[in-house]
Amino acid sequence: MNEAATPFQRFFRVLVTVGPGGLWLLLFVLLPTLLVLVASFLTRGPYGELSGPLGLHNYARVLEPLYLEAFAQSLLVGALSTLLSALLGYPLAFYIARHPKRDLLLFLLLLPFLTNFLIRVYAWLVLLQREGLLNAFLGAFGLGPYAFYPSFFAVLLTTVYTFLPFFVFPVYASVERLDWQLLEAAYDLGARPVRAFLHAVLPQTYPGLFAGSVLVFIPAMGTFVVADLLGAGRVVLIGNLIQQQFGVTRDWAFGAALGVFLMGFVLLSLYLYARIQGERGLEELV
Amino acid sequence: MRRLLSFHALLVYAFLYLPILVIVALSFNESRRGVRFTGFTLDWYRALFQDPRVLEYFLNTLTVAFVSTLVSTVLGTLLALGLVRYRFPGKGFLRYLLYIPVVVPDVVMGVSLLLLFAFAREALGFPKLSLLTVILGHITFQVAFVTLVVRSRLLLLDPALEEAARDLGARGFQTFWYVTLPLAWPGVAAGALLALTLSLDDFVVTFFTAGPGATTLPLYIYSSVKLGVSPKVHALSTLIVGLSAFFLALGYALSRRRV
Repeated sequence: MNEAATPFQRFFRVLVTVGPGGLWLLLFVLLPTLLVLVASFLTRGPYGELSGPLGLHNYARVLEPLYLEAFAQSLLVGALSTLLSALLGYPLAFYIARHPKRDLLLFLLLLPFLTNFLIRVYAWLVLLQREGLLNAFLGAFGLGPYAFYPSFFAVLLTTVYTFLPFFVFPVYASVERLDWQLLEAAYDLGARPVRAFLHAVLPQTYPGLFAGSVLVFIPAMGTFVVADLLGAGRVVLIGNLIQQQFGVTRDWAFGAALGVFLMGFVLLSLYLYARIQGERGLEELV
Repeated sequence: MRRLLSFHALLVYAFLYLPILVIVALSFNESRRGVRFTGFTLDWYRALFQDPRVLEYFLNTLTVAFVSTLVSTVLGTLLALGLVRYRFPGKGFLRYLLYIPVVVPDVVMGVSLLLLFAFAREALGFPKLSLLTVILGHITFQVAFVTLVVRSRLLLLDPALEEAARDLGARGFQTFWYVTLPLAWPGVAAGALLALTLSLDDFVVTFFTAGPGATTLPLYIYSSVKLGVSPKVHALSTLIVGLSAFFLALGYALSRRRV
């Protein structure tokens, strides 16, 4: 067989390769997304089913103070956990990149991350509970016991713990590509360490910093499990609201509207990221 | 400066490992509550193994993970190949679609699948929420990840190798089977491994798509944690952590030997 395949052969090849996976994406990704969109304009029927009339009422409800507060809390959890991940992860990425056994250190970073997500969340519940390790430790100094759990603090700490590697890996990737000669040049030109870092090192790690921030911010803002278990009703994020609407409350229409709102936030942050980093940055994110 | 960085790194690693080590230690602790170690015991493990439900949940978890990984690896590999090699109408759209499962928060993904299954049940009479719907849900996010991983590997390959195979008279399928697939193998294996990990780790999509009789280990842990801290969950967590650490360390050692 030679280079030029007949149109039929080409069609057949595309059908065999793209067909099954493409069909799957249409059926299980596109269709559900459209269904959520449609459901968000519907109304909860008397038995919790979806029914008419169509309207924007669910979106009007999203803007009520009670729900806006959940949005504000989600953004706060997202922003603070990104900041804390940066404080913990940024220096760590440098340490790992300059270490002779960096493969081992990266592996050790990944290890707790690959054990089950729920177990990692659960572990903090054990540490922070009233008779947990933290209170036992503080008790040895005659302090406490404090109610660390359930609280906003507990949710934040656990969120950082859960998503920290997402931040370290992209930063590590840009530290590894760093051109250290620029730092030497800065020193040669008489720059003090802080100034040299700010001008010769930091800008080179911007791509990793941005990627890491997006990778922590989005899941931190969108999760409901951490707030559910460690906030135990005190911390209510958008994810918790959605879960309630699809669970006990059984108002799928309103839940769908909340979902569309959350998606909007995610797409907005990705759009901003793409604006700063360019289309290629988006591909590198994955 | 150096010292400060090492100290910082030490603290972060302690932060990462302390919670897990505490769980492991407590799983051998006689006392039901609190963190005071009152004595060594294997009672919690015994209680765990005597619970027939736990075995059922374990088997459910494995069934979902293996079936979904198998299907998604095949679908994803073919899709990646099609996306890299051919041009066809709607290709750009398909690529956007591929990113949706990657970027969408898993709650939204879970409820949208729940809606789909409810809609299908209304219109077609099936599927009931069961292990099958969980598998369908897992395949959906896995396909996206497998495709992206395999695609990045395929993009590195030299198209001349496939041309050479064709020039030597290989037919389309032969080229794929004897040339493209072996070359893409590291990507396919990495994609499959990622898919398996994602499936074993998933709680949220399972939570929304599982019906009665489709409990997996993460669902079991969640419902017991909701009822309060229990040493049986400590024991189960320790086993899961131990097993995944063992397999990861094995993979790490093997990958180092090859290099």
